[in-house]
Amino acid sequence: MAKEKDFPLIFELSKKGRKGYSLPELDVPDVDLDADFDDDYIRKEAPDLPEVSELQIVRHYTGLSKRNHGIDSGFYPLGSCTMKYNPKINEEIVRLPGFSFVHPYQDEETVQGAMEVMYDLQTHLENITGMHQFTLQSAAGAQGEWTGLMMIRAYHEANGDFERDEVVVPDSAHGTNPASAAVAGFKAVTVKTNEKGLVDLEDLKRVVSEKTAALMLTNPNTLGLFEEEISEMAKVVHDAGGRLYYDGANLNAIMGYARPADMGFDVVHLNLHKTFTGPHGGGGPGSGPVGVTEEMARFLPKPVLTKKGDRYTFDYDRPDSMGRIKPYYGNFGINVRAYTYIRSMGPDGLKQVSEYAVLNANYMMRRLQDEYELPFDQHCKHEFVISGKKQKKLGARTLDIAKRLLDFGYHPPTIYFPLNVEEAMMVEPTETESKETLDDFIDAMITISNEIKEDPEIVQEAPHTTPVSRMDETLAARKPVLRYEKE
Amino acid sequence: MQHRYIPMTDEDKQAMLDTIGVSSTDELFADIPENVRFKGELNVKPAKDEHELTKELSAIANKNVNTKTHVSFLGAGVYDHYMPSVVDHMISRSEFYTAYTPYQPEISQGELQAIFEFQTMICELTGMDVANSSMYDGGTALAEAVNLSAAQTKKKKVLVSKAVHPESMDVIKTYTDGPRVEVVEIDVKDGFTDLDHLKSELDEDTASVVIQYPNFYGQVEPIKEVQEIVGTQKKTMSIVSSNPLALGYLTPPGEFGVDIVVGDTQVFGIPSQFGGPHCGYFATTKKLMRKVPGRLVGQTVDEDGRRGFVLTLQAREQHIRRDKATSNICSNQALNALATSVFLSAIGKHGIHEMATKNMKKARYAKSAFEKAGFEVLYSNRFFNEFVVKLNDDVQTVNKKLVEKGFIGGFDLSRVYPEMKNHMLIAVTEIRSKEEIDQFVKELGDIHG
Repeated sequence: MAKEKDFPLIFELSKKGRKGYSLPELDVPDVDLDADFDDDYIRKEAPDLPEVSELQIVRHYTGLSKRNHGIDSGFYPLGSCTMKYNPKINEEIVRLPGFSFVHPYQDEETVQGAMEVMYDLQTHLENITGMHQFTLQSAAGAQGEWTGLMMIRAYHEANGDFERDEVVVPDSAHGTNPASAAVAGFKAVTVKTNEKGLVDLEDLKRVVSEKTAALMLTNPNTLGLFEEEISEMAKVVHDAGGRLYYDGANLNAIMGYARPADMGFDVVHLNLHKTFTGPHGGGGPGSGPVGVTEEMARFLPKPVLTKKGDRYTFDYDRPDSMGRIKPYYGNFGINVRAYTYIRSMGPDGLKQVSEYAVLNANYMMRRLQDEYELPFDQHCKHEFVISGKKQKKLGARTLDIAKRLLDFGYHPPTIYFPLNVEEAMMVEPTETESKETLDDFIDAMITISNEIKEDPEIVQEAPHTTPVSRMDETLAARKPVLRYEKE
Repeated sequence: MQHRYIPMTDEDKQAMLDTIGVSSTDELFADIPENVRFKGELNVKPAKDEHELTKELSAIANKNVNTKTHVSFLGAGVYDHYMPSVVDHMISRSEFYTAYTPYQPEISQGELQAIFEFQTMICELTGMDVANSSMYDGGTALAEAVNLSAAQTKKKKVLVSKAVHPESMDVIKTYTDGPRVEVVEIDVKDGFTDLDHLKSELDEDTASVVIQYPNFYGQVEPIKEVQEIVGTQKKTMSIVSSNPLALGYLTPPGEFGVDIVVGDTQVFGIPSQFGGPHCGYFATTKKLMRKVPGRLVGQTVDEDGRRGFVLTLQAREQHIRRDKATSNICSNQALNALATSVFLSAIGKHGIHEMATKNMKKARYAKSAFEKAGFEVLYSNRFFNEFVVKLNDDVQTVNKKLVEKGFIGGFDLSRVYPEMKNHMLIAVTEIRSKEEIDQFVKELGDIHG
């Protein structure tokens, strides 16, 4: 039962006899369905779904939406996630019936428009990254990573090279990188970060060997720093016969300034829900297209979208392909939004995106460095990492600072990541925020730091203004309640 | 030139550069070495204003035949169903669609509670104990289930019915390539999984048996008998891929004691969108709760005793387990899970049965209409809303003619099974009227000659 102070579950609004739908009448002769089935296969008890009216549904979900913070609600500087403005026109374009209500198995002649958008998006992504060919198949960044690694495996095996079972990842990498490596059948090997916050080239030389299948890298890295020795790193890996994998999570920093292909990357995935305004959807759907060099193109997942004259077609005749990674052709709906965004920005606009994403991040970093420890003091790219070490000594942890930010109406930065910075806070403002917003956030961060000096309790006990206070996560994990049960 | 998505003014820019202590933004990019710096202009089409871009993209969209311009009998995994208006309106609340993963529960209760409700609804439909917050789609959910079974049983062989969706089969083959699991395909006989073949392939090295319910041909597989066979191997797990709408009428897989149920909720208010994004679901038993891939939302209380929800049991997940992970999924299909919840709230406890049975009744009407018109219709009456009709011409050719008559015809089975030349898989949903069905049968009859 919901207590008075609890927000009700939709099930708790249910009352026998209410309905929220209107199905078409049965205009064909009624038949006895039960005659076609053994009794064992006829459901006896209806699933306990709610019985509610349409307005109840609308009030319920509107109420829930008010208990949720999105980019449209306020600043969302969640590092590595690129929480930029999600343009409204994207939402309109994707809902055009010619995009929204197209079936993947229609005759190709009847879906040339959809294929045209996909093809032109591929071409644009190729040009932005310098890669030879893209596939739009993968559903998200993680699937893109796995796809890329499986292609690298196919590449090595095609060369008769079956011994390469290691993928090198920096210690600052997101957990998804080693997880993707493991799922693709590799062992993850860690390379260290040096005192400048960059991959330690000497350590890379030490860990790279004839066992190395690939090096996975974001550039700029998760500390928001550009890997200046990227060409040397590429050489080390290539000389050993390995391939270079680019995790495009941080592409927002370098559009029009640098291209992964020119850095020596062989395989690239992009997160269209990050750099190209997906949107994030509360955790998805995303889209994680993968681009490759010419030598890798024959391993692309099936089918490959190609153009023959004026006609677009899916090519299934790909004997060297790594296989199919997802039913149909990827998250088309997200791809249409990304395409709309690219076409809204143009070449100058995309370069400005990176210019201002980097300007905003550097401005915030410089204004915050007096108050919070800055572990790597150099120009950052689109994001930066500060540490709450000083504040921790005074009794407030980074988690407390994050929670206190909620009282100011902000989504906090990514916290406790990357793992190689103590009490890390990873801030990514994006280019779509105004200076006023950045200043207000910086002021809030300084206020919180001052609070910690004077009266840490207000920070330790934060948040004070949210619909709920801190959650008992231990209880949630110890006695998991993963579904509603009627009392 | 300023862009409407970028609020920076020249004055702001100068003030910020001064604070940083540089004279231009180029200095901030000085760490990009000369040899990798991109000096040209990106080869990207010039920016278009809102009006012009909408005009251009609308014209491209209008080239596509779609289920608003044509009457569709095409299914094969993606269906044209009733879409309550309320679904799109609720997922268009931008507090939902512009949020990311609910890492901060205090300001994410909306999303977290919506997922908790989704998990509950999936458990109710499938008869399972636990459901996660969603997967990319039904195909990858099935492939993840297969890999989970191999990791759990430490066995390296899976038996997959050929009556499973052919693209899911392909995805399974790719996903199992990582952990080097062998996929053995089980034959189909008269539209059903060949149980004798299944029996002969099942042995103590089998991690799991995979069937689809209803299967790719629309036939309702005898899970009970499959379970009896699987039960002869103590450790072997059973995995069922299920169209969740069919479970409004059919006994849920959970009641037969299967280990994992997966599928796609596209049937619940999610537009076909040329194949994605749709929404995979993943449901299992309490025993496997800590092995589930992806995110789980759990109920708890806050410091003041109020009910609330958090992401939980995260020790399973890739960002914690890193290279010990058995799945790398992080972003999922949260917004489409929300759409599913809104849809299932609207359709409700009794509507789901009404919707499922209307599909079945209309499909049976269509089937008998085809039979009356002299067509051969394959397989048993134990089907949901799809059946196979044999034509005397190539399906692709027939479909081209149907488009001219205002119809999107059924699935060309020869696309995936060369031996099924001239066989069309036809889907009839609750929104097809008698008139549309009659007209479709007539047009096919005319083409048939």
